[in-house]
Amino acid sequence: MAEYSPTELMICAAARLLEDGATVGVGTGAPCAAAMLAQRTHAPRLFIAFEAGGLAPQLPSMPISVGDSRTFWKALMATGMADVLEACQRGMMDYTFLGGGQIDPYGNLNSTVIGPYEKPTVRFPGSGGANDFASFCWRTMVMTRQDARRFVEKLDFCTTPGYLDGPGAREAAGLPAGSGPYKVITDLAVLGYDPATCRMQVESVHPGVTFAQVQANTGFELKCAPQVTTTAPPSAQELSILREQVDPYRYVIGR
Amino acid sequence: MTELPAGTGPLFTDPDPDAARAFFRAKSRALKDKVMPVREAVARFVHDGDYLASGGFGSNRIATAALHEILRQRRRELGFAGHTATHDFQILAAGNLDGGRLLARVDVAYIVGLEARGLSPQARRVMESGDVQVCEWTNFALACRLQAAAAGIPFLPARNMLGTDTFARSGAKEIRCPFTGKKLVALPALYPDVAVIHVHEADCFGNCRIYGISVADRELARASKRVIVTTERLVSNDEIRRTPHATAIPAFCVDAVCVVPHGSYPGNMPGAYFSDERHLREWLNAERDESELRRFLARIIYGVSDFDEYLEVCGGAARLEELRDLELNPGQPRTA
Repeated sequence: MAEYSPTELMICAAARLLEDGATVGVGTGAPCAAAMLAQRTHAPRLFIAFEAGGLAPQLPSMPISVGDSRTFWKALMATGMADVLEACQRGMMDYTFLGGGQIDPYGNLNSTVIGPYEKPTVRFPGSGGANDFASFCWRTMVMTRQDARRFVEKLDFCTTPGYLDGPGAREAAGLPAGSGPYKVITDLAVLGYDPATCRMQVESVHPGVTFAQVQANTGFELKCAPQVTTTAPPSAQELSILREQVDPYRYVIGR
Repeated sequence: MTELPAGTGPLFTDPDPDAARAFFRAKSRALKDKVMPVREAVARFVHDGDYLASGGFGSNRIATAALHEILRQRRRELGFAGHTATHDFQILAAGNLDGGRLLARVDVAYIVGLEARGLSPQARRVMESGDVQVCEWTNFALACRLQAAAAGIPFLPARNMLGTDTFARSGAKEIRCPFTGKKLVALPALYPDVAVIHVHEADCFGNCRIYGISVADRELARASKRVIVTTERLVSNDEIRRTPHATAIPAFCVDAVCVVPHGSYPGNMPGAYFSDERHLREWLNAERDESELRRFLARIIYGVSDFDEYLEVCGGAARLEELRDLELNPGQPRTA
């Protein structure tokens, strides 16, 4: 079996969740690598959208900004931010991939501050388009490294909505019905959400990882999905496309 | 009737459409030659205490020359629309070094970070000091606020931000839809005092063309009371009239046209040159230490008289040629 890194496995696992013909709003880094890999393997008609205005590019290389010229290279359209996010708001974006400094059991994300808001210990960038994508897209996926400082019971600041505080909370708050968190892909596992409680649960652990390890790297109690499987390792084909075409200079996979 | 929730964040600008109409009524529509140096444009149209907005997307198609000039002219107490603000925010945050207060109020959608390049230490120091007033929004929220202003209405309804601390720390208010009864967020119109926008082509009157994504600049140019355009190239008015559908910003929005080739450097300019990742890395490294940052700024901004000198300090024509090659051949390593 081919050798691979945890980041490479994360990207491959995320790429497989995107079906051909779907629409996905992505940022830079691992989410973009996942979308590019999907486009070069099983999903050549994947419609990639960038919030700055790039619609359905044929990405020639890894963008460094969601607004750089790569994000509309051979695209169907170079438009503006409102146009892209309005398409999300009217229900045309199937998926989005997000990151964040902290995530809680309901998939809410913090990318604003650590510490008190008025005089923060760390000021992070803020929502950017994350709150918009997570409010509007049908299925929100998060890609992040898993450790107990990131996966916390309570966020310092809720920048971006997951299931808020449980079943029905998104709809009660006024967010579009039927949208919300879908998967969390980490370096240890793929997690989903228990439909009864809207809390995160483990769906598959990566090869060589135990549930106990995943729990030890999570700051809240995790449950198991009814059937916990082992994440399929990257295939030789996925790895060679990822390394030779998607990220030959190792901007993402070298981290 | 129960009171609907409202954010507790401050509004830095007046959303009143009639106040805006009174301003725009008096704004000149004349097709007059507005070409002038960046120094003059900033001196005339950017004032202490103004609310500023910067076009493009942080490190892409940004009006770097105008931003540097705002530092050189030591503007103070500015409000700022932190809309996808990355390198542009980093430049302005440098104006808060040594007790200066260039930035006093910031509407935040995205600040402090430079996307995949990491966080700016200087921008973090400024925003973690507690000395700058902040209000939280999102990228879409600020785009909608500019759209509302451009449309001359006091707010636009949307369905983002609901249920989050982003809403709680914003200046938005929840409303009920009069048709469906659904909860909506009301995003107040944002009329910046002045915007700086870099474009590919403009004529001397300020009719502008943008090749590639417009981000929020169509709305921004219409929403802003004053607009400084920097342009890669000056084209004739005949050329503009030949393809009027290509005009992104009409002249009657624009107050100054400054011809600045390579004006988005070190940012990317679609179709023309890629971002200078080496230079952006140098910025981030210099920011780690305040005295190092002081030396760096003296070399690239305060110690040069204009943008051309800055380009020379950064490698001049040879470097710009490399960045052009990188932009047109995207398969190469971008730090080349």
